[in-house]
Amino acid sequence: MLTKRLIACFDVKGGRVTKARKFEDNIDIDTPEALAQRLYEDQIDEIIFYDITASSEKRRIDLDTVRRVARHVFVPFTVGGGIKSLDDMYEVLKAGAEKISIDSMAVRNPNIITEGANAFGRQCMVLSTQVKRVPITAEIPSGYEVAIDGARVFTGMDAIAWAQRGEALGAGEIVVNSIDQDGTHAGYELDITARISAAVNIPVIASGGAGEIAHLRDLFQTTTASAGIISSMLYSPRMERNFSVGEIKASLAASGIPIRPLVETTV
Amino acid sequence: MIGIINYRAGNGPSVQYALERLKAPSRLIATAEEIADCDKIILPGVGSAGATMDSLRELAILETLEHRVLNEKIPFLGICVGLQVLFEDSQEGDVTCLGWIKGHTLRFPDRPNPVPQIGWNEVRFQHEHPVLSQLPSVGHFYFVNSYYVAPDDPAVALGKTDYGVDFCSVVADGNIIATQFHVEKSGPLGLRLLKNFTEMESGATC
Repeated sequence: MLTKRLIACFDVKGGRVTKARKFEDNIDIDTPEALAQRLYEDQIDEIIFYDITASSEKRRIDLDTVRRVARHVFVPFTVGGGIKSLDDMYEVLKAGAEKISIDSMAVRNPNIITEGANAFGRQCMVLSTQVKRVPITAEIPSGYEVAIDGARVFTGMDAIAWAQRGEALGAGEIVVNSIDQDGTHAGYELDITARISAAVNIPVIASGGAGEIAHLRDLFQTTTASAGIISSMLYSPRMERNFSVGEIKASLAASGIPIRPLVETTV
Repeated sequence: MIGIINYRAGNGPSVQYALERLKAPSRLIATAEEIADCDKIILPGVGSAGATMDSLRELAILETLEHRVLNEKIPFLGICVGLQVLFEDSQEGDVTCLGWIKGHTLRFPDRPNPVPQIGWNEVRFQHEHPVLSQLPSVGHFYFVNSYYVAPDDPAVALGKTDYGVDFCSVVADGNIIATQFHVEKSGPLGLRLLKNFTEMESGATC
């Protein structure tokens, strides 16, 4: 039986890990490779990081950072930010990442999902979506709209329709990142996560809002999501307390949720 | 020296990073001469069986590779698609593969589970083997696959995993070891298996 995954996420800005609240107000945390190594040693299941200023600075993703992380992390990791072409994807994968996350770029040019899936396999293509609760309309029947560019630009696209289209175009996994819940530490947006999980046949990753273990328990007990992204609760100095991967896993396992247990490390 | 066959669709660098961590000398290789120089070979795999077979043929290394692995019996590790191409053929594009191990590569049924399988699944090891030294009899490893292998001889299945079908997730046949999961991305257990492989001796049979 496949286990539910805990995915640590961090943002990299100017070569440093930063933590944002509602996509604004960044504080400095650590170097990407140091944080990634610590999370790996803690036995996180997977890591995602975003080069959050690559797009706005109109530069390619920092491949040296990808390589340094790859040297320390022996679980899968995904890289996003500033990826515009198949060449960019190839460079990131060759630098040691398993998967590519595409977000705003996929909205602007949906074909890039298909091109990436054809070139590298759909398991490499992670479609990341930013969704916000809005009034239900004919265009947005789910009541959740897709935004891009750091939640600043609204697309008029329905979140469920976009997830289904992403799957059809070749995405291997979908991240549902709730703009409303992001940085609140008040729990995932379970409603849209459950509905998108039911609407597609590829793994769905919930993102935004995790602040305590109960939030992950709620996610895995009330939706069929494959994975939950956690960040603040692992390492943010703003939180009242941080959690270790081990204590999160022990608690989820005690609730009967299938997780990959910690193992003794002999290498 | 361990040679990692570095072809277009492979993730050779990730395997090399893992070997660096284990302090096992390795190099990325792509020619018959380099294969002749190495005392162990790893065939990593990402992508499709057909693309992998095409790459191996383009590199013109198959004759040397087969001589070293099948005749000289140097330790060989196949990973993911590097496991699947060892069999006679694959349903993925109906391609003919190496045929070193009798059996076939089949597609997972579309139901009840999503295809591809992506994530950590349980491997149940079937018997003791040097490559499993210090590993528990059951452990979680990282899988990304739409296809699985069905060996004719059940005795070569060193590990089994359930994903709707109960499939062979580790093959051990003399000097040939192969895993459906990614040892280089399966945390401490994957690194332990990889380390055990680096310590295998030529001609090993179990």
